[in-house]
Amino acid sequence: MALQDVSGFQDTPMSHMWNSPASLSGPMGDTTPLLDMADERILGWGRFKSSERDGGVPLRFFIPPPQSSVPFRCDNRHTSLSSLSTSSSPPTRRPFPLSHGTTTLAFVFQGGVIAAADTRASCSGLVACPSAQKILPIHSHLLVTTSGSGADCMLWERILAREIRLYQLRHGRRLSITGSAKLLSHMLHPFKGTDVCVAATLCGWDVEEVRVEEFKGKRVDRMGSGRDDSISPAKRPVEETVMSTSDACSQDDLTDSACERTRHAVTDVDLTRSPVRDRCGPKLFYVCSDGTRLQGELFSVGSGSPYAYGVLDGEVRWSLNEEEAISLAREAVYRATHRDAYSGNCVDLFHITAQGYCRRDREDLREEYHRERERVLKRGKEESEEDKK
Amino acid sequence: MFATQVYGDNGKMKEYHYTGPVEHRFSPYSFNGGTVLAVAGEDFAIVASDTRLSEGYSIHSRDSPKCYKLTDTTVIGCSGFHGDCLTLTEIIDARLKMYKHSNNKCMTSGAIAAMLSTILYGRRFFPYYVYNIIGGLDEEGKGAVYSFDPVGSYQRDTYKAGGSASAMLQPLLDNQIGFKNMEGVQHLPLSQEKAVQLVKDVFISAAERDVYTGDALRICIVTKDGIKEETVPLRKD
Repeated sequence: MALQDVSGFQDTPMSHMWNSPASLSGPMGDTTPLLDMADERILGWGRFKSSERDGGVPLRFFIPPPQSSVPFRCDNRHTSLSSLSTSSSPPTRRPFPLSHGTTTLAFVFQGGVIAAADTRASCSGLVACPSAQKILPIHSHLLVTTSGSGADCMLWERILAREIRLYQLRHGRRLSITGSAKLLSHMLHPFKGTDVCVAATLCGWDVEEVRVEEFKGKRVDRMGSGRDDSISPAKRPVEETVMSTSDACSQDDLTDSACERTRHAVTDVDLTRSPVRDRCGPKLFYVCSDGTRLQGELFSVGSGSPYAYGVLDGEVRWSLNEEEAISLAREAVYRATHRDAYSGNCVDLFHITAQGYCRRDREDLREEYHRERERVLKRGKEESEEDKK
Repeated sequence: MFATQVYGDNGKMKEYHYTGPVEHRFSPYSFNGGTVLAVAGEDFAIVASDTRLSEGYSIHSRDSPKCYKLTDTTVIGCSGFHGDCLTLTEIIDARLKMYKHSNNKCMTSGAIAAMLSTILYGRRFFPYYVYNIIGGLDEEGKGAVYSFDPVGSYQRDTYKAGGSASAMLQPLLDNQIGFKNMEGVQHLPLSQEKAVQLVKDVFISAAERDVYTGDALRICIVTKDGIKEETVPLRKD
């Protein structure tokens, strides 16, 4: 489907992107020629071939008509997402609970970004899955830690990965972490007010490839489309060249002449201060389905996050080294799983550097409990021996 | 389902008195019971389900199995609301045919699982009330089990129980197949005969304690030679 879009086989959704939620109106009133109203039983929900042609959100949803005293109303043309939250009668009550409850955390330090999460997927009291994966890699330099409803997170992460890949194919460069966060936030916005529950932290490293030999002393303009979502043209910092690793354009493609750049080698980055506000380097964003989008250096999300914050706030510093950071993240998840009923089982740990992400083996925290118990016993014994002396 | 309104919070029966007019909203959902189980082995997969179809206090049918054959290497088990199970399997069949005609090959188990996830999520705001478990062989010929929640979240497992008795069966499977919480036990790989026997024992236990499970057990064994079906009687009370 992606190839079809790129080769122009179908209308590109980009041409009418993100218009009003009314475009998501129920399939009954849709006029797409693919729908065969007579064969409503199988194709009536119009999700199959036409899912890529949707001008709005990149996945077509079936919106149930608001319940009214007159059943079987055929005039569903004006059904839209907003009617879900503002209708006088509540939407169809679900007879089953959805999965919730977790501890995820991420922080930035001088060696990159650490992301850690537990692996328990709970479903109102029952552990639906003891080995869920809550940290999902999107590409080599971007991870998403997911929290909230399991299905929502999984599907929206897939949609985000697809849109980032489409962007890369269309524009020849990889979308920045800031841009990805904004993309996810805008994709979730039409669902504000519904019970979609996604609270994700995007952890990544914006990679800028600097061709040092070619640009010695030369001022170079920005490559490609030159548009970075996060910074308007007037405010772009002057000291950076921006060429993503996937950029195959020649350096003569000077489409954006609004600002001029000088060379800034990655090796000159000052390691003693946090460069999270610069264009390249480690980035951490928190995106929530209620519209929040925040950039920061430390986030913890989920029912176990207060416990994780307690451990992290005291210890996280920019100057941590890699082992300290990893053991700190592990300790925070361990303490949170100990206190929070909805977190538990194992801990997943990922570390992102300029070279990409690397994953530590999943560790079962059961062993850690045994070790902790032995430590406590040993401490108790030592203290009683000291008292005797 | 109405039984829950008869007993109050302290466990005693509520006193019956007139509380005023009550509006009973039409619920498009109903719970038809049933349990589904799937186990993946080294070169086989087993999908098993009971065959009882119930609603409230009644039994609609004693011979309504919940395993549906999708391709030569994939079987799906669906339990929950029977109407949604039927429609969902018809939609999956139609999508499989469309895929076969446009791509000239059958969908693999992993692809079916990913497709089912998007089908289910397309109905995020009016979900299919179905608990799905897909069992089959992956591209390398190894057994694969994919378990779903009603809105499309899924993952690959070695074994999974779904449906009304899932909370009873899953811990038993964790212990017997996953060797969880057992100290000093040799982790032997599961053979096909042992797996089939385990499934039968597990369902016999489920029929003892879950009212919605019983009547008969239908087992589908998926190997590279095809799909074999077996029926075993269970308690009918």
